[in-house]
Amino acid sequence: MASVDQTQLFEFLCRMGDNTLVLGHRVSEWCGHAPVLEEDIALANTALDLIGQTQMWLGYAGDVEGKGRTADDLAMLRDVWDFRNVLLVEQPNGDFGQTMMRQFLFDAWHLAMLKALTASSNEQIAAIAAKSVKEVQYHVERSGDTVIGLGDGTSESHKRMQDALNLLWPYVGEMFVADAVDDAMAQAGIAPDLASLRAEFDAHVGGVLAEATLTIPDGKFTHKGGKSGFQHSEHLGHLLTQMQWLQRAYPGATW
Amino acid sequence: MKPAAEEIWDWLDAVPDPEIPVISVVDLGIVRDVEWDGDTLEVAVTPTYSGCPATSVISMDIETALYDRGIQNVRIKTQISPPWTTDWLSDKGRARLEEYGIAPPRAAGGPERCPRCKSTNVTRISQFGSTPCKAQWRCTDCLEPFDYFKCI
Repeated sequence: MASVDQTQLFEFLCRMGDNTLVLGHRVSEWCGHAPVLEEDIALANTALDLIGQTQMWLGYAGDVEGKGRTADDLAMLRDVWDFRNVLLVEQPNGDFGQTMMRQFLFDAWHLAMLKALTASSNEQIAAIAAKSVKEVQYHVERSGDTVIGLGDGTSESHKRMQDALNLLWPYVGEMFVADAVDDAMAQAGIAPDLASLRAEFDAHVGGVLAEATLTIPDGKFTHKGGKSGFQHSEHLGHLLTQMQWLQRAYPGATW
Repeated sequence: MKPAAEEIWDWLDAVPDPEIPVISVVDLGIVRDVEWDGDTLEVAVTPTYSGCPATSVISMDIETALYDRGIQNVRIKTQISPPWTTDWLSDKGRARLEEYGIAPPRAAGGPERCPRCKSTNVTRISQFGSTPCKAQWRCTDCLEPFDYFKCI
């Protein structure tokens, strides 16, 4: 394995772990509120998988950092500016269709990324990816089916899914734009060149959206700044006040 | 004298899965290795699903069972690679699942038959179920819903 800057490796692991943490929390917000019981259970299970994956990513991030921080410390005691998730996953749930569109767009990227990471030069990352990819395969089957079902459904569900796609599509690009951290990971064989995932993503997503009778919006504008930590949307802070309040109010509480 | 690994495997085969108590943690295929490291017994355990809350309970149950057998020093090692697969479910475990009302996993991606009336006319209700390892299906003959142990 080529040597890699440990600070950059830590950044990369936080990106992976913060994506699953923030999306896992968002999806868990549906618990008890989904339109039907089966969907409620499915959302809760998806959230659980994502939180479990977070424990592996952030647990390893803490080891790499070497300051004794655990996965829980990283999840519960960092503030907005230290989070490294893409902006897509922190966007509010909206209606059920919007939640499922966000899930599908993330799942499709997540699957391609994890498949590539199973060949990582870093054994621990390859192992986490191999574990996670099985779960994510399952997530994307469901989110894809739901996008098709609702997109090619009634005129009302079609309209809502098209609105969701129009809203969320400008957040897709951030997942594929590489920066210095991504370049360092790619050079060390730790992670793929992000741009190389785009063709698989476009084929997969394009196929599902066509079957869903939905139209990908024109325009190349991409919201950015989440994974670099430069500028999160205002929504992340609100999410953290919910997710972190217990450890903030009662530091170190365990049960 | 230290008990032999074979004997320890037998003991662990008596530790039930906390969510599906008719099968043991050995049937489930999550105990990957048992090895003495000096006076410490190291048990390698692999999680089923990465977020499964039963995993920590299982580790605790294994430790407790081994203490009860007089083993003082137990170390649980979490091993995520190679990832758990339902191929590791024992034949005994599969048979017990079906007796319990949970259709065992199949590579075809769905249950072979209704665990109650044995009809092969079954349909999926949801990809997910009451625990991460299960999906919800229904028999179209006896009309009963049932759990299917997902194949991964």
